[in-house]
Amino acid sequence: MIDFFRRQRYLVDFTLSSLLRRKGKHLGMLLVYSLVVFVLASVMLFSHALQREAGVILQSSPEIIVQRVVAGRHGLIPGNYLEPVGRLRGVSATQARLWGYFYDAALKANYTVMVPPDRQLGHDEVVIGNGIARIRGVDIGDYMTLRAHDGGGISFRVTEIVWPESELVSADLFLISEHAFRSVFGIPEGQFTDLVLSVRNPREVGKIAEKISIKLPDARPILRDEVLRTYGSVFSWRQGIVFVLLSGAVLAFVIFAWDKAAGLSAEEKREIGILKAVGWETGDVLRMKFWEGAIISLAAFLLGYVAAYAHVFYGSAGLFEPVLKGWAVLYPDFRPSPFVDPLQVISLFVFTVLPYTIATIIPIWRAAITDPDAVMR
Amino acid sequence: MRPSTAAFLFFAIVSSLFALTFIDAMLRQPAAVASMAQRARVVSDYGLTDLALFTEARYTRHPSQADLHSAFQDHPVAFEHFPSGSMIPPPAGLRR
Amino acid sequence: MRIALNDVHKAYNQGRPNEFWAVRGISLSLEPNRVMCLKGASGSGKTTLLSIIGCLSRPTSGRVVLDGKTLSGLPERFLTEVRRHTFGFIFQRFNLIDGLSVLENVMLPAYPLGPNHGELRTRAKRLLGQFQIADKASNPVNWLSGGEAQRVAICRALINDPLILIADEPTANLDSSLSRELMGLIDGLRDSGKTILLTSHDADVYASPVVDRVVSMRDGRIVEAGD
Repeated sequence: MIDFFRRQRYLVDFTLSSLLRRKGKHLGMLLVYSLVVFVLASVMLFSHALQREAGVILQSSPEIIVQRVVAGRHGLIPGNYLEPVGRLRGVSATQARLWGYFYDAALKANYTVMVPPDRQLGHDEVVIGNGIARIRGVDIGDYMTLRAHDGGGISFRVTEIVWPESELVSADLFLISEHAFRSVFGIPEGQFTDLVLSVRNPREVGKIAEKISIKLPDARPILRDEVLRTYGSVFSWRQGIVFVLLSGAVLAFVIFAWDKAAGLSAEEKREIGILKAVGWETGDVLRMKFWEGAIISLAAFLLGYVAAYAHVFYGSAGLFEPVLKGWAVLYPDFRPSPFVDPLQVISLFVFTVLPYTIATIIPIWRAAITDPDAVMR
Repeated sequence: MRPSTAAFLFFAIVSSLFALTFIDAMLRQPAAVASMAQRARVVSDYGLTDLALFTEARYTRHPSQADLHSAFQDHPVAFEHFPSGSMIPPPAGLRR
Repeated sequence: MRIALNDVHKAYNQGRPNEFWAVRGISLSLEPNRVMCLKGASGSGKTTLLSIIGCLSRPTSGRVVLDGKTLSGLPERFLTEVRRHTFGFIFQRFNLIDGLSVLENVMLPAYPLGPNHGELRTRAKRLLGQFQIADKASNPVNWLSGGEAQRVAICRALINDPLILIADEPTANLDSSLSRELMGLIDGLRDSGKTILLTSHDADVYASPVVDRVVSMRDGRIVEAGD
């Protein structure tokens, strides 16, 4: 047994000495390879962590949201819709909500303006999300003015900033009283943005949604389950920029693995012949090549993964920010929670290490099994 | 030093870092779970329905609430106007 | 360690229109502890014969027998075992691995045997010392002159302490003074108990007093057995 390890160690010695002959080229290769793994692993870790977060956090969302659809678009819902919906069996609580968007032209940012359901705010008070505090540079006690629907300005005093570590869900919130909301947006009394329903038994949700559609034909119920499923597939949609990134990376990798695998140069063939002529068996040559592929790919995998972990969980996936931020001015400052799926890590390993290792052995198969006679010539 | 010795050392270090990432994740779990629970409370307090990830447009900010028209803008296979629209799918309710 | 060839034939591209018989019915016996030289023009089949004797290739027909045991029929694994411990090869163009150091090149044939590293290094350094190139041990082989490379090639051939040394045109890349020096080294190796087989069309070699027997070849056949 010890003999076996000793022999493998010598083979590794040779493989490394051989690679070091072209130090620059092989280090460059390792770097590119690690980079590919880094990108793949970063996306994998980030989207998994995000999906986990969304899955847990949004469990606290309302069970049913009732929207009114007017001419195919989301329209205001009259408060008197509450009554028929509230009477449905299984509905434990109902509430009419007021929320909307305010576009801050100066900063080109969108705020989500809401009336908080359980609080009574003063008419000139506002609770802002930490993202707004950040981009506007405002703090408690400062004033913010919104341009109302009639052109006038309405000022609000910042009385509270939402807990910064909840930026992922609250970065752009602008919470004001109902009176203030109606003044800013010109929404008449009795009209609301939507209704939310609490349903205690999750199995009744579907039934209740059906009944709502029948009772209120112009209303659209949105189920929490659907919300969760929307977020269950973050980063998995069509021409995703991330997909483009990924396919670019995968393509680069395929090209460069192909270059490795696409046959042997005369020099390489000759060297294999020499090895055989001085007493190496076919098996030794193949094992030596295996070590070459395994060492490089394993090194790239480990380096790429560790870097990706640090990038996502300590660097908040900062390199993805420009991609994710897109055209938005307000982007939440948050740290993904370290949830890692071991199965995903294993698949990453299989997809990055195995193909390369195999690609290194296959081309030399032929050369490795031929008689070393050619070396004599 | 033999090349294989240097390789051993390298892999010993990198593998430990690799293992460390899992240990780190495990150690940070309780704090992370507590933090998420608090965020969940913010969500239920204010009745929120979506992550505040993509704030450039209403249908990217509240993808779960998006209406029929906005999800696909001009027509169902139109290219997205915003990069974020390419990363998350149209709301589950509309895909039924 | 007696090697005998019985009616050995070797063809290349057999069955195809460019079929070529390099060796046609050679029977030969190699005496232990002697220096034998195969003499002949290029194309006479001496290199092919060398590779057959050294188990680097198999005869198309005929047998190679080592101490009564037939080698030519053995599967590759056993053949390699035998080759490792029996033969040491010195190639015409040295065939050292570029980019690796002198010491690594010398140790290379022993790698698959997995010996103790310290011992192997010592053995290799001792050999290099014997041939006066110990000071070049950590240099890459491409820095060596022709004569130095030749000596490194000899050391490599000797690392597994083989009984039979085979050298193909050893003086082809050397000038006359280095050639004579080489013959001196070969003389010493014979004295230390080794059997040596050379090929050459260089008079400095086949006419040298170091050579015990000269076998002339032509068109794949023995013309003069030199007994």
